[in-house]
Amino acid sequence: MLTNLRLAQIYAVLRLELKKTFFARRGIWVYLLAFSPVLLFGGHSLLMLKRGQPCDFGLDTNIFAGVFQVFYLRLAVFFGCLGIFMNLFRGEVLDKSLHYYFLTPIRREVLMAGKFLAGLLVAIATFCLSILLQFAAMYAHYDAATMQEYLFRGHGIWHLAAYLGVTALACIGYGSVFLAAGIFMRNPIIPAVTILVWEAANPFLPAILQKFSVIYYLKSLCPIDVASDIGPPFNLLTVTVDPISPAIAIPGLLVVATIVVLWAGRRIRTMEISYGTE
Amino acid sequence: MTSSNQIVFDNVSKFYGDVLGINRVNVSIPPGITSLVGPNGSGKTTLMNLMTGLLQPTRGRIEVLGISPNDPERMFRELGYCTQFDSFPKGLTGYEFVYSYLRVYGCLHQEADDLAWRAIERVNLVEAAKRKIAGYSKGMRQRIKLAQSICHGPSVLVLDEPLNGLDPLARAETIALFRTLAADGMHVIISSHILHEVDAISDQVILLSNGYVIAEGEIHGVRSEMQEHPMQILIRCNKPSEVASQIFQKDYVVEAQIHRDGRGLLVRTRDADKFYLMLNQIAMNGVGIESVAPADDDVNSLYEYLIGPEESK
Repeated sequence: MLTNLRLAQIYAVLRLELKKTFFARRGIWVYLLAFSPVLLFGGHSLLMLKRGQPCDFGLDTNIFAGVFQVFYLRLAVFFGCLGIFMNLFRGEVLDKSLHYYFLTPIRREVLMAGKFLAGLLVAIATFCLSILLQFAAMYAHYDAATMQEYLFRGHGIWHLAAYLGVTALACIGYGSVFLAAGIFMRNPIIPAVTILVWEAANPFLPAILQKFSVIYYLKSLCPIDVASDIGPPFNLLTVTVDPISPAIAIPGLLVVATIVVLWAGRRIRTMEISYGTE
Repeated sequence: MTSSNQIVFDNVSKFYGDVLGINRVNVSIPPGITSLVGPNGSGKTTLMNLMTGLLQPTRGRIEVLGISPNDPERMFRELGYCTQFDSFPKGLTGYEFVYSYLRVYGCLHQEADDLAWRAIERVNLVEAAKRKIAGYSKGMRQRIKLAQSICHGPSVLVLDEPLNGLDPLARAETIALFRTLAADGMHVIISSHILHEVDAISDQVILLSNGYVIAEGEIHGVRSEMQEHPMQILIRCNKPSEVASQIFQKDYVVEAQIHRDGRGLLVRTRDADKFYLMLNQIAMNGVGIESVAPADDDVNSLYEYLIGPEESK
């Protein structure tokens, strides 16, 4: 009975969040960021079609992988998740509307779960849709036979699935971190810079500390190693010093995300509403 | 009366860093309309926010009908809070605002729809319910907040400046609604700066100043305990001079001023009960008394005596 009630409450929060937050003007920059590589790859394909020259398939695949690892994962998904998940609580504090939730008979942890799910739904839908469009845009200038060969006889489908999976996991990992940051911190710039630096410095950290990072798990799951194809300093962003298997990386990331969300859940129980000091 | 039907503050203090919010508050609030009265910064909103779990006390214990504010799942089935914050979730209509949060309560669609419309009707906002809140006037926003706070049928209603922004008609309707809710056995806790309206509707008051509760209880009870301020009583009669000469023989009468029209007098007495008994005697001796009414047995006077006229401005 109580479980049904809590599920109904999570569903209600999810509905309300989707309605009032994610189709708001505030989030437009997230969508622009998410879909900007589509424009890049679409432009590339158009140019190739215009020239009428075949492109190097392997090179395109490596470029896609490089853009994914250096820009999409590190910047677009990172800052997109920052915008989506930090705003789940911070945005409501700035709008002075969080108290309406706090004045309903819902456990705050359940409220947080509903908001987190709403954030995940939007982040995964947005960034995974972008991956599909990027993929289509990148290879749009190849003929059908080449694409069939790549997708069904080569590694194409596997690569696409891996990019989608890594993106979804990135949303879970960064989402949990920024959800917690939105509850703990008042200024989003501080956690954003701190986490960005921490993630960038991951290859240089001691092995034990590397595990407390989202990118550590994600890099091991990326389908193509592009470290040797990218010049300094960007190759530092793609190098995997001590790669781990997907069987460890996926549960590892989910465990880190769960720990962060549980920690945030403890904190939110005693969170105060003090809009006046914002 | 058990604590399970009272709102209890047990030695509660709240500090914002070094700044005092409220200090050592010990009050028990019974059902009925209770007004929190005090100047800006006296701790009224802090008290309400502590009661509803929006703030955590630095010290002490709070219970609302036996439930801790840290148990929102139970408490907000019993409590509705219309805050002073004049802000709303973006993009919602009045109806969606009430309906959506009822869904968060766990209500199914039909129940939430029924409850939302019932609450909107109670605050007379049916015609504007499908319009976006962003286009509402201040009074309409106040009423939709009120609808949201009463929509689930709470036993305790906490209202922070609920009459702000309402026109005179809406004020009268809202006050009548508070009276109806209190008559049904509900706790209605109101903070307001409009003292004559507080006076007209309150069963009891809590006076706050600089974070301290300086008086609490029924207005008459609080007033009668203020020995340093003799009670003022207004008498309209046909022989004010005769009344004055008789009452001056008593040591509990401090002062008597005859009205300029010669049809009444204002008396200041240290013991109102004894004075009323004596006045009965005077009436029986042939003085025609039209009316007798306390002149400073109201919230306004309590406020002025206990907090001071400067702060009440």
